[in-house]
Amino acid sequence: MARTTRVLPGFGPALGLTLTWLSIIVLLPLASVFLKASNLSLVEFWDVVTAPRVAASYRLSFGASLAAAAINAVFGLMLAWCLVRYRFPGKRLVDALIDLPFALPTAVAGIALTALYARNGWIGQWLEPLGIQVAFKPLGVLVALVFIGLPFVVRTVQPVLEDFDLEHEEAAASLGAGRWQTFRYVILPVLLPALLTGFTLAFARAVGEYGSVIFIAGNIPMVSEITPLMIITKLEQYDYVGATAVAEVMLLISFVLLLLINGLQAWTAKRTGRDR
Amino acid sequence: MKRSTAFRALLAGVAATALSAGAWANQTLLNVSYDPTREFYQAFNTEFAAHWKKTTGETVTLKQSHGGAGKQARAVIDGLEADVVTLALAYDIDEIGELTGKLPKDWQKKFADNSAPYTSTIVFLVRKGNPKGIKDWDDLVKPGVEIITPNPKTSGGARWNYLAAWGYALKKNGNSEAKAREFVSKILSKVPVLDSGARGSTNTFVQRGIGDVLLAWENEALLSINELGPDKFEIVVPSLSILAEPPVAIVEGVAKKHGTEKLAKAYLEYLYSPTGQKLAAKHYYRPRHPEHADPADQARFPKLDLITIDGAFGGWQKAQKTHFSDGGVFDQIYAPGNK
Repeated sequence: MARTTRVLPGFGPALGLTLTWLSIIVLLPLASVFLKASNLSLVEFWDVVTAPRVAASYRLSFGASLAAAAINAVFGLMLAWCLVRYRFPGKRLVDALIDLPFALPTAVAGIALTALYARNGWIGQWLEPLGIQVAFKPLGVLVALVFIGLPFVVRTVQPVLEDFDLEHEEAAASLGAGRWQTFRYVILPVLLPALLTGFTLAFARAVGEYGSVIFIAGNIPMVSEITPLMIITKLEQYDYVGATAVAEVMLLISFVLLLLINGLQAWTAKRTGRDR
Repeated sequence: MKRSTAFRALLAGVAATALSAGAWANQTLLNVSYDPTREFYQAFNTEFAAHWKKTTGETVTLKQSHGGAGKQARAVIDGLEADVVTLALAYDIDEIGELTGKLPKDWQKKFADNSAPYTSTIVFLVRKGNPKGIKDWDDLVKPGVEIITPNPKTSGGARWNYLAAWGYALKKNGNSEAKAREFVSKILSKVPVLDSGARGSTNTFVQRGIGDVLLAWENEALLSINELGPDKFEIVVPSLSILAEPPVAIVEGVAKKHGTEKLAKAYLEYLYSPTGQKLAAKHYYRPRHPEHADPADQARFPKLDLITIDGAFGGWQKAQKTHFSDGGVFDQIYAPGNK
């Protein structure tokens, strides 16, 4: 068997380095979480992580995160499309604006959003008479999560779109495809893997978000408490073990969901013939 | 290889000795406190440093750290080397002792007055003109009144609020626990936003314009009015409230290690001196010795009936267990199907 020469050092050192790095940065802190929670018996663990308030917080955290990621997938795609396909004055400015939610301290985002959507805020004062309350309701959580998740979809879809030749669309049109058909059968399959990546990132970010949500959520037990808040609540009561137990469940659910989405992404990539 | 490690160890040793020698010449004391005491301790530290210099000739560097009381206590538990702690409630200091073993069990007996050199109480902050006509606890549960208070699970201040309401209902209904629970449930059902800390609740009430009444520490309420102008809010003092005792303690394990035991003791004792008491009153805390306070400051504290945590609830440990631990009364009130 002939050895192929590669530019970078061989497979062995590279994999070794990767695994070591991953272990130090990711696995070690996570392992310490699991160790701490292992002080609980299984029954206690189960009681802690299925308490009604905690269970309600999973529903809100994961539900709102999925919804926010979905909203971001739709509007992020639109934004990326505009930025790639059209030229308009101030385009660079818009492009830079998109990254702001990355850079802004999340507490600032939370306070700003709350100020906007509260009863006396610029937007809130118009919504309130319509019977729509955003701040201090679960809807507020969604708004905050949409805000912080926006850049992910745009930034993952944008480069793929830039690589995508206009000729494909023209070819589709000349072969008699309608606008919808072109989008559905020509453009979307190419974008889908990137779109799913963006969705996953936005989702993962939303699940872990604490700073911005805490200001806008209202934090009413059973209604608008997110899971990270439950963890903090337990810490405030010096219940380190309970806090890690909830953290562990969150990690597991997130991991399973991320695995599922990654699987889906691999599947679509294969199906559309863009397997790496 | 070996020699270089030894050399490095030697270097580190020399550096450490040099550092500790420096510390000897100029002692440093870290006071870990909670949010609303920032201005008070700034002023107090200046006074104490001058006093220490005058009596002993030593210069002392006083450092202070502020944040939510629970967070601050956790920082100390996790290794922040506080020589003294001055927190919002005894329970937090109990937990530091429990989890680190750096405080004696009877820490609260080390200084006078339950180790609380100044006190406060829980009052109502309402909007100017008191549009909802709120005068006492009963007015809070009238229809159409929205109440702002933080989450007692995460906020020490909120625990005082909750217990004050509970204590009022107990007294009014001939010590009926069931009635007290009903009253507190009613109050909580009127809270639209449960912030995680007292400052958050103040913001919600003041900046966002949510709610008709804010349950607050008297010192926070006075401070808010002073900062925001008396034309926007007023304080309503209920007929009965709770005596809030923010306690102080030496973290003996740390003080011993730093060699600051004497200094720490003098520092906390100075809080009880005429100077300390006067400053506390100036910064909106009720002094234990009102005779030392400026009469103008003292006039801000109206007389009212006060219950104590030890008298009405059998101490913090018990109150915490009954009301705020997981599965306690607070959780039961919010349990599904209990609306």
